[in-house]
Amino acid sequence: MARVYIPALLRGFSGGREVIEIAGTTVREVIENLERDCPGIRDRLLESGRLRSNISVAVDGEVSPEGLREPVAPESEVHFIPAIRGGSA
Amino acid sequence: MSAHGYKVVGTRPVRPDGADKVTGRAAYGADVHLAGLLYGAVLRSPHAHARIRRIDTRGAEALEGVRAVITASDFPPADAGRIIDLGEGQQTVAEVRGNMLASGKALYKGHAVAAVAAVNRHVAEEALGLIEVDYEPLPAVLTALEAMREDAPILHETLTRKELGTDTGEVSNVAEHFRFELGDLEQGLAEADVVVEREFDTATVHQGYIEPQNATALWNQDGRIHVWSSTQGAFVVRDTVAAALNVPVSRVKATPMEIGGGFGGKIRVYLEPVAALLSRKSGRPVKIVMSRQEVFEGTGPTPGSHIRVKVGARRDGRISAAYAFLAYEAGAYPGSMADCGAMCIFSPYDIANLCVDGYNIVVNKPSTAAYRAPGATNAAFAGESVMDEVAERLGMDPIDFRLRNAAHEGTRRADGPKFRRIGCVEVLEAMKNHPHYSAPLEGPNRGRGVAVGFWFNVGLASACTIGVNADGTVNLVEGSTDIGGTRASIAMQAAEVLGLRAEDVHPVVVDTDSIAYTAVTGGSRTTFATGWAAYEAAHDVLRQMKERAARLLETEPECVEYQDGVFRSGESRMTFAEVAARLNETGGPVTGRAGVNPRGAGGSYAGAIADVEVDPETGRVSILRFTSVQDAGKAIHPAYVEGQMQGGSAQGIGWALNEEYCLSPGGAMQNSSFLDYRMPTSLDLPMIETVIVEVPNPGHPFGVRGVGEANIVPPPGAIANAIYRAAGVRLSRLPMKPETVMEAIWAQRD
Repeated sequence: MARVYIPALLRGFSGGREVIEIAGTTVREVIENLERDCPGIRDRLLESGRLRSNISVAVDGEVSPEGLREPVAPESEVHFIPAIRGGSA
Repeated sequence: MSAHGYKVVGTRPVRPDGADKVTGRAAYGADVHLAGLLYGAVLRSPHAHARIRRIDTRGAEALEGVRAVITASDFPPADAGRIIDLGEGQQTVAEVRGNMLASGKALYKGHAVAAVAAVNRHVAEEALGLIEVDYEPLPAVLTALEAMREDAPILHETLTRKELGTDTGEVSNVAEHFRFELGDLEQGLAEADVVVEREFDTATVHQGYIEPQNATALWNQDGRIHVWSSTQGAFVVRDTVAAALNVPVSRVKATPMEIGGGFGGKIRVYLEPVAALLSRKSGRPVKIVMSRQEVFEGTGPTPGSHIRVKVGARRDGRISAAYAFLAYEAGAYPGSMADCGAMCIFSPYDIANLCVDGYNIVVNKPSTAAYRAPGATNAAFAGESVMDEVAERLGMDPIDFRLRNAAHEGTRRADGPKFRRIGCVEVLEAMKNHPHYSAPLEGPNRGRGVAVGFWFNVGLASACTIGVNADGTVNLVEGSTDIGGTRASIAMQAAEVLGLRAEDVHPVVVDTDSIAYTAVTGGSRTTFATGWAAYEAAHDVLRQMKERAARLLETEPECVEYQDGVFRSGESRMTFAEVAARLNETGGPVTGRAGVNPRGAGGSYAGAIADVEVDPETGRVSILRFTSVQDAGKAIHPAYVEGQMQGGSAQGIGWALNEEYCLSPGGAMQNSSFLDYRMPTSLDLPMIETVIVEVPNPGHPFGVRGVGEANIVPPPGAIANAIYRAAGVRLSRLPMKPETVMEAIWAQRD
């Protein structure tokens, strides 16, 4: 199962757990299964069925342009991190 | 041939745009001239914070020679909450429009309020004086800490504080709070033998590009809008104009002119939609060119910030815990790059227990924009100052301390994911082994300091097409504005694949109708991502050329080998140029194409070694020697990598010693000219020595890491640490100008 890292500000949903092992072959499935373990967390990550605009998902260290469609392997790490705003040089 | 077997990559050919630029023939935005051109000017708020009760434009409209006057009310209806994806960042339509022409409130001194188009600039400026604006001045809030206070004046009555994935509903100047957390901070601090905690402030600083923002727009009678401007991203211009004016992107064509510097500051769009609205109203093309004062007061500088850092370490030299509080001034609208600062501040280190709190805070200053590794330089000044003090308290050499704790492949970043192959250790070792670090530094009031910094770099989308010419050269069409020699660095990657000389690949940067979507020249992504597109397009060309060669050699394509510019099948051979000359008899022209959105952007580490001398009577700091070390992954064109390192270092030295927005208590900039906004010149700096470290990025065909940004990150920290060794004072405020230095020296004497 993938290791899902719960952002510090959402650990209230996970009972303080930093890492949870969750099944799923895509980010979308991982979030759906995460919701069963951590009720309420899905709405903090998704809005209208899509990742919130201020959140990015990184699978195995790479921020995914695929978002919810991004494949997740059993040994993957999944991180939800703030989407970079404001551009760069 | 380089050690990697490359024939083009790693060499130093003359840049394709060099002759035009040094002879003055290159066309910049201000050079655009169209038949019937009108000249625009922008009226700007004299108040840092004021309600706009009424705008009366009748006087301006009545002036002879005026053809159009507009305010925010001229924007067509649109969904104000719609988020515009700007490739690297996002803003709502309301934020984008609000910064172009204020609606309801002026939020900073210099905020655009109205605009005029007239037969010449003088008439346009005269007309600005005839626009009557009834302002209700409001108290201004100018710093992050002031803006966080519960009794602070509120900039946006509808702005509520967000935390990851939730809206607290609390009306606030704090637009966003986020936190990165690894391990157990308190436990890590409890294990520490040495704990250092310090607070820092950094100033608002401008990118200082020489060429001011400009835009020319023609809103044609067929409904098509064509804009010409100085930009780091033509597609950002296209998409922003379309969103701001609520028209489909297919109706907007953006032509990027040559750019006289950007450094992140020319990603945001300020003038193009304004010029387009004036064009629609007047029926004529309209050009607007900012003055230097407008650039300082009306475009986005980097955020000022307040930072608190606490680091604990054990006697064995290992960091056991680290905490950072980053409060960044976003300016008038949310988006301060505090997140970038948070990602970078501890990235040179492998720390098991850490926490970073970041706050993105609106204040009555210009809406901030990116500036070379945005957010990271502020953070590194604070972080590297504290690390230096921890090393001193432990009695360790500052580079040895950093090596003891250096991040490496597998180290977990503050935001969670693990680093892939990175070059932090190699950069530190190159610093330690450089003759500069061991050279004697003699004389009173002199000191040497070091620091390291990180920028993560990005990938994003790029496209390229390559057409083969009958003489065996190729034309490479790309959408990346050329900053710092990217035409060359992209063309060289295609040349390497094609077995051609760099000079045989002719790169051209085109408008948004002539190439598929290409994200900004920013985030140190262009040589990485557009270079990757060129690499793929070149392979596409090569595949087709092999087929053509096979026809001419009367064999199958899989029987054709290509090496060093020659197609071979058995004893038969044809050069690339010979095949190119016969394309029309073998099926017609050959065009290669590629569109990529690559992952694997490798972050870059940079280090700085600075020698300074402090005048104990005046506080003046002189840079005696400066060395910049950076991991380039693979330097495609080493001279341009060195140029980036030198440029970034010079700007970092400006941050360190001179540059700041000097504001009146009411928020008016007091030094909005290059005479008073003191940037380093060649007279202020020694020759900046460079060391390119090459730890290839496994995520790129040639191992490229972007090099445009990390180099600005360490200089302020290195100089602060050098000043400490020269004068015995640790400074906590940028810039470290003479009065700041003297106040610290006097405080120490007291």
